[in-house]
Amino acid sequence: MLSIDNLHAQVEGKKILNGIHLDVKAGEVHAIMGPNGSGKSTLSTVIAGHEDYEVTKGNVLFQGTDIGELSADERAHLGVFLSFQYPVEIPGVTVTNFIKTAINETRKAQGLDEMPANVMLKKIKEKAKLLGIDTHFLSRSLNDGFSGGEKKRNEIFQMAMLEPKLAILDETDSGLDIDALRVVANGVNTLRSKDNAIIVITHYQRLLDYIVPDFVHVLHEGKIVKSGTKELALELEEKGYDWIKQAI
Amino acid sequence: MGLKDKLVASYVAMASEPGAHASVAQLRANAIDTFEQQGFPTKKMEEWKYTSLNALVKTDFSVFPKRTKELTLSDVQRYILHDVDTYKIVLVDGIYSAFLSETTHEGMDVCLMSAALTMPKYKKVIDAYFDQIADREDSLTALNTALTKEGAFIHIPKGKVVEKPIQIIHFSTGINSNLMLQPRNLIVVDSNAEVQIIERHQSLSDVSVFTNSVTEIFTLKGAQVDYYKIQNDHQEASLIDSTYISQQKHSHAKVHTFSFGGKLIRNNLHFYHKDSAIESTMKGITLIEGKQLVDHHTLVHHAHPNSNSHQEYKGIYDGQSTGVFNGKILVEQEAQKTNAFQQNNNILMSDKATINTKPQLEIFADDVKCSHGCTIGQLDESALFYLQTRGIPKKEARALLTYAFANNVLSSVGISSVKSRINTLIAKKLGVNLGFNL
Repeated sequence: MLSIDNLHAQVEGKKILNGIHLDVKAGEVHAIMGPNGSGKSTLSTVIAGHEDYEVTKGNVLFQGTDIGELSADERAHLGVFLSFQYPVEIPGVTVTNFIKTAINETRKAQGLDEMPANVMLKKIKEKAKLLGIDTHFLSRSLNDGFSGGEKKRNEIFQMAMLEPKLAILDETDSGLDIDALRVVANGVNTLRSKDNAIIVITHYQRLLDYIVPDFVHVLHEGKIVKSGTKELALELEEKGYDWIKQAI
Repeated sequence: MGLKDKLVASYVAMASEPGAHASVAQLRANAIDTFEQQGFPTKKMEEWKYTSLNALVKTDFSVFPKRTKELTLSDVQRYILHDVDTYKIVLVDGIYSAFLSETTHEGMDVCLMSAALTMPKYKKVIDAYFDQIADREDSLTALNTALTKEGAFIHIPKGKVVEKPIQIIHFSTGINSNLMLQPRNLIVVDSNAEVQIIERHQSLSDVSVFTNSVTEIFTLKGAQVDYYKIQNDHQEASLIDSTYISQQKHSHAKVHTFSFGGKLIRNNLHFYHKDSAIESTMKGITLIEGKQLVDHHTLVHHAHPNSNSHQEYKGIYDGQSTGVFNGKILVEQEAQKTNAFQQNNNILMSDKATINTKPQLEIFADDVKCSHGCTIGQLDESALFYLQTRGIPKKEARALLTYAFANNVLSSVGISSVKSRINTLIAKKLGVNLGFNL
């Protein structure tokens, strides 16, 4: 599904990614862990297609296609989704109108007709229920005045609505209390299937108790320095990141 | 002969025609003197610092139309709100079109200024209100007073709540080359009466047209006026719109101005409080591009205690367009417990667009709440990226953010068909079809 080969990237002249290799197949969940400043968020931003991040070497293949030259919306149309660590507040656009626009613009790009209003409404209700979202929440302005937990829940709601092939969850656990974490993780698990893949970016092992990864990678100074299974996350939790740094 | 001389000469010719009430004739005579002395405003004047009429003044405009053109409904239907039942006063090249209009005299007067200015039965109301709140020292307003022949005359009696909105629509056909128009509206809303009005100026050709419009509105005790100005005119059309509103106790006057197109638009919007406990609301969305210019000059004159004014103007400027916002709030010493709120937010979509914004607060009372704020910025890049990652292409994402930016102003629009029309116009201006109304 996703194949990253020797990826180097920089932003405003500052080199952040220094040769990433990563292969993610359909049905898999990968966790990317690492200390602050190791390049975790940059990696997700580069995969999603932010214009300000320049790829200087290597490439990103999504379902066999090089997506390096595609804009963020074109990548979304192919099925790439990024759940933001800090979702942007947009006063004046309701959650419902936003998600309708996102779905219909995606359908338009895929050559499909707009989703009929009743189908859309049914889907919105169903996915809102899955994430324990109250319907009055849907008529509020997007992320405007939302609590940290509401923002993250809203991100996963959008993921549920858009049904991406590859979802990158960037620090989805930050700002969540344990109850909210369970709801969000449960939502993500419901969306897992053999046809899609998930990359979980996290600083702590906590989220991985709920979203259990098939593989865990440790990022350090813009490179994956160690890969393993879910046990690696537990080891990191116990020993901290210094252990990895020393091992290099 | 320059335009000024031509206008003065036209007045002389017109004054020899019999007709108007004696009081009106006197006001006209004084007004042409004022215009003759002052001439057109220039950029040397503080109030006209950023807006030049130079090019217009040098154009050879004809003052009264020589020829008339009959329009069919299909020519103009798209400019008229038709999904809602309305009264209509339609002028074509400054002349009343009975065919396109729908006036009434049943229980109120929704008719023509020419009738009000000349027929004996309107003498009393004309004597009481005509040119009584307009700024007689303003040269362009004086010019209109001297030369106006037509416009809307609306008189709503006590306690009457007008069910249907009233549309005032001015078309210019281009059959008369370079026409200058002087429409004049007088709207008197008596105690506890309520009315909704929509005004539009629309050029139907690319021939240059210069409209110098004056509207006087009187809201008597407890009256409510909800007024919408739709300014989405042709590239060669220029408009000076001076609107003067006189308010009595417990009245509420609300004006929304949507400025989406035209070569040059200058709005002078003045509210004068004649008693206490008054509400004044003015809101606007400006969305222009190319070399267009939109200039909003507002004035709220708080002269009595316990009144509120609320103004909120949003501007979105692309290309080499220019915006001007000058919001003056004058609070007299007597006007204690005044609440005056003013907000002007602007987005510059291009490096070459300009906005000149100036709050002007003159406060002589000590127990008041007055706030003002202005911002100038660009669309939020991180928000654009966020929308793009959800599959919304850049153009649509920019449009969505622009909608969102303008949304507070739209939320107070009280006629749903006006709201959807404005939504459509914004989408059209931004070149997108987002398929929903905010």
